Amino acid sequence: MAEAQPIVPPLVIPQEREGSRPFVQVLHDWIVTVDHKRLGIMYFSYGILALVIGGIEASIMRAQLAVANNNLVSPEVFNQLFTMHGTTMIFFAAMPIVFGIANYLTPLMIGARDMAFPRLNAWGFWMTAFGGIILYFSFVGGFGLYGAGSAPDVGWFAYAPLTSPAFSVGHSTDYWTIGLLISGFGSIATGLNIMTTVLCMRGPGMKLNRMPMLVWLNSVMAFLILVAIGPLTAAQLMLLIDRFLGGHFFDTQAGGSAVIWMHFFWIFGHPEVYILVLPAFGILSEVIPVFSRKPIFGYNIMVAATVAIGFISLSVWAHHMFTVGMTSYANAFFVASTSAIAVPTGIKIFNWVGTMWGGKITFTTAMLFSVAAVAQMLIAGLTGIMLAAAPFDWQLGNSYFVIAHFHYVILGVIVFGVFSAAYYWYPKVTGRMMSETLGKWHFWLFLIGFHMTFDFMHIPGLLGMPRRIYTYEASRGWQTWNTIVSIGVIFQALAVLIWVFNATKSYFRGKIAGSDPWDAWTLEWSTSSPPPDYNFAELPVVRSRRPLWDLKHPEDPDWKYE
Amino acid sequence: MAASTMAVPQADVPLSANLKGKVGMWCLITAESSIFLIFVVAYLYYAGKSISGPTPAQVLDIPYFASICLFASSGTIMLAEKALHRGNVKRFGLFWFLTLALGVIFLFKTGAEWYRLIYHEGLTISTNLFGTTYYSLVGLHAFHVTVGAIGLTTILLFTLFGAVKQEHAERISVFGMYWHFVDAIWVVVLSVVYFITR
Repeated sequence: MAEAQPIVPPLVIPQEREGSRPFVQVLHDWIVTVDHKRLGIMYFSYGILALVIGGIEASIMRAQLAVANNNLVSPEVFNQLFTMHGTTMIFFAAMPIVFGIANYLTPLMIGARDMAFPRLNAWGFWMTAFGGIILYFSFVGGFGLYGAGSAPDVGWFAYAPLTSPAFSVGHSTDYWTIGLLISGFGSIATGLNIMTTVLCMRGPGMKLNRMPMLVWLNSVMAFLILVAIGPLTAAQLMLLIDRFLGGHFFDTQAGGSAVIWMHFFWIFGHPEVYILVLPAFGILSEVIPVFSRKPIFGYNIMVAATVAIGFISLSVWAHHMFTVGMTSYANAFFVASTSAIAVPTGIKIFNWVGTMWGGKITFTTAMLFSVAAVAQMLIAGLTGIMLAAAPFDWQLGNSYFVIAHFHYVILGVIVFGVFSAAYYWYPKVTGRMMSETLGKWHFWLFLIGFHMTFDFMHIPGLLGMPRRIYTYEASRGWQTWNTIVSIGVIFQALAVLIWVFNATKSYFRGKIAGSDPWDAWTLEWSTSSPPPDYNFAELPVVRSRRPLWDLKHPEDPDWKYE
Repeated sequence: MAASTMAVPQADVPLSANLKGKVGMWCLITAESSIFLIFVVAYLYYAGKSISGPTPAQVLDIPYFASICLFASSGTIMLAEKALHRGNVKRFGLFWFLTLALGVIFLFKTGAEWYRLIYHEGLTISTNLFGTTYYSLVGLHAFHVTVGAIGLTTILLFTLFGAVKQEHAERISVFGMYWHFVDAIWVVVLSVVYFITR
């Protein structure tokens, strides 16, 4: 089904091969680049590096918890591990990865030659990168280099008053604060850039209602970044004022409130979940139609559901705080709004199933990851609804049930979606196909490992195991479950290693992909693989939601029916 | 397959790329507004919750003169933009300088007020909750005015060296949006700090 020639032939500009130039020059080109494709690759690679680091931290925690009364790491180190794991995964793995995908694909999908503000784009990447470096510098600089270093140990949501100068001595919390503040500036820049690109840079004929779903979901993500990162920035500034200038925002001794930190953090924190999951939804909405050989089912309602999720997600934050104790009115409001967000999410699941229904499905690795993500989103949504009920949450809030729930979303949907994207767009980025055999190994091992870890993690939660404990007694009856959970990690780690091996090997030895290996319909497949610096020699003209279908099937184009 | 030769109906051409500066600035304003919103909420939430003095009613004077200066600067920058749009660079430079002067007067008055509060009234950022929230909210705004003043100065220097021409009117008005935003935020801060909670 692959066509060797791009549909729109590229301008031929003879380019030297990367390998034939001195390494320093190649490195220089990457560091000073403002090209959205290179920055996309840099974002993605940076995120994968952080994913591996955060994964190693998680693995050490699971090794510690595999058996009762374990002494592998001390309680202090355990606190640092879960703080660094959470912070790394959310801010320096997941966000850069979805930003990378958005950066690489948005201009290609809408028929533009670059983002709206290429230099701002580079600035955003380097801010994110430096934020991560500052966070990890705490390992050596936590006590200001006079004593041993120490990583932040206040948890990824850093509740007050644990972060006050009295309880958090040294500078580890400050590295956490400043690292997130700086990467937040980078995120705002990227959100601004994606939004402007989508609004102003679309190619001829690319109306809003013809944009690929991934672009739609990325633009809602960009909107959420603009409104949700601000509260985090504000809260971090307040924390800095408290810690360095003797302010009293979160100082209960002087009339301040510890609870207001929770509100401010989660006003950011819950939209953040949707900042991460919406791009994953977008990936599913691109991959599933192509491998079902059908256009997406219910395009308009999918867009409406996305926008609805974007708005509702701004009003659900305090469901993280049911156990704190709020008024019954507040509880009722947040139960209702949290339950309401299940409706548009359910619509999405329904539409993905509707897209597959009656289609000619090909189970490539990309499709397998996407289908698994749909199924796992359903389960994660169901436990989400359970936790949205305040009385249920009073019982299970801050237990391993919650941990299992949100890892189901983050791994089961976001990471599966990212793997799906990695297999689907790898040919476009590198010009070569990834090995499907190794891909299937990756998928099945990861699926088994994921379900061993996170299905069974619900049970110790139901049995009362709280989060963030560094060990437990054997008499609690949690050990068997914890052992199974920890064994699952081995499968997942193995699967990720296979993936990295596959990606590396295919880069040098993979089959040449051609411009459109999947017989797909969106504009990025109309240019060569990898795309030239200028993306499109001639800006493609769009008349329907599947511009490439129209070009390939002039006798039966989509625009006649839309 | 050959390249498409389908004609593009005019209505299908998306928002012009010339607008990207304005759209980008609107995005920045959205993000900045959410930062200010949280500081305003904190100020309102902590109003009257300080466990020691001084209180806003004891020490705050309504900054009429400074506010008038800042609000007037929104008018002068608009006149400057209009002049540049018409190609009158001299008139633009004059009103641009007036805008900068009004902004600097505002900053100077803020500084004078802080001096009085710190040295005469004994209110610092660590005195009580009022001090913490007051200095951070007003300070965040003053910081934005300072950034604006640096931008104004830069463009003024470019104007003096003759680098600003009529074709830059669009870009200049993008900067103008930021300055209007800073003024609009002062409406909120002024109402909350000096009228609602005093």
